[in-house]
Amino acid sequence: MTATEAALRPPAGAGGRRLAWRPAEVVERVVETRRATTLVLDVPGWPGHLAGQHVDVRLTAEDGYQAQRSYSIASPPEAPRLALTVERLEGGEVSPWLAGEARPGDRFELRGPIGGYFTWSVAMSRPLMLVAGGSGVVPLMAMLRHRAASGDAGRAVHARLLYSARAIADIIYHQELQRLSVEPGGPEIYLTLTRERPPDGWKGFDRRIDAPMLAAAGVAP
Amino acid sequence: MTTTTRGFSGRRRARPEGNRVPPGQFVTDDFPVLSAGPTPRTPLEKWTLALQDGGSLAGRWTWEDFQSLPQTEIAVDIHCVTKWSKLGTKWKGVTIDHLIEAAGLDEPPAPYLMAHCDGGYTTNLPVEDLIGGKGMVATHYDGEPLAPEHGGPARLLVPHLYFWKSAKWVRRLRFMEHDEPGFWESLGYHIYGDPWREQRYDGD
Repeated sequence: MTATEAALRPPAGAGGRRLAWRPAEVVERVVETRRATTLVLDVPGWPGHLAGQHVDVRLTAEDGYQAQRSYSIASPPEAPRLALTVERLEGGEVSPWLAGEARPGDRFELRGPIGGYFTWSVAMSRPLMLVAGGSGVVPLMAMLRHRAASGDAGRAVHARLLYSARAIADIIYHQELQRLSVEPGGPEIYLTLTRERPPDGWKGFDRRIDAPMLAAAGVAP
Repeated sequence: MTTTTRGFSGRRRARPEGNRVPPGQFVTDDFPVLSAGPTPRTPLEKWTLALQDGGSLAGRWTWEDFQSLPQTEIAVDIHCVTKWSKLGTKWKGVTIDHLIEAAGLDEPPAPYLMAHCDGGYTTNLPVEDLIGGKGMVATHYDGEPLAPEHGGPARLLVPHLYFWKSAKWVRRLRFMEHDEPGFWESLGYHIYGDPWREQRYDGD
């Protein structure tokens, strides 16, 4: 199988084998913003994934009550461990636990990877134009991280990200995005803030994404 | 063996909706928008719906024709594979039974159907899940014309299956002798998609 075929193959589970629930243990917790937390996980038997895929998470209470949600994978295929970045939703049932309560050593279940369409790999050698708002940046970050992990092959593929957040403090992966953008061959990063007046010296946009902004970021609307 | 999660108790409120919610789903009052591509906007004067028996045309309706077919109103619960369910949603449209009748067919010509949509999306269904009032082509939601982001001007509505089967922007219904996977069904999602049996992914 070529890399491209691998990238385009149906996800695990295709072919009639059930996508199994696997135990996952939190090994690291990174507070990204006031709402978003990254959980780095140890998932024995994880079959690997493509940038852009997601997992189903299942939490089980002591009395057996269960709740499921889907979360995007933040880590690239090259990372030694699976990472999810979860934004806490006010009044939510699962995200407050993942983004607020979970600590190293805690365990829950997940299954995946899921989703064979919103994926990207350097092997596709098509340029990337990524547009995200809020925690929608998570699967796109997996793509940029995959690109960064792919050396010259990654640098050869042009990449841009236009990312809308409410305020500077809500920009997930802010430092990493800045670092990537100044690397030779790094992606072009365009930021916009929608609910907070940007500070003096802000070089990004300060409104909701619109057609002129897409054009300025290099996408003809 | 399941893994108990420390410190998680869940939201165990007494639900008036009781057993209306399939396993693994949660109830939302929002109407989330999830699409595999851009939202097409077909002007109504250019819109048509075609019914195909294999390769041959069995019926075709313009927007005006379609409005003159018998209109059915229903209130149903809908269930998205991404875990949200929405209860008591109100729709209006033309049932597949009425479309088959309007095409002059006594009965469905084949046991399976592929829905084809603007943008190239497809989804497959057994015909028995569409007839007997189980499926419709819906043009109105909650008393208003269906918005483009929710599949307007017309979407398939098959509420007893996961909502990816209720294809947005439907334009062509093609009867098939044999079942074939549609778009998501080719990408790891379940060929049938019964929420009550949690048939989310291939193999479930």
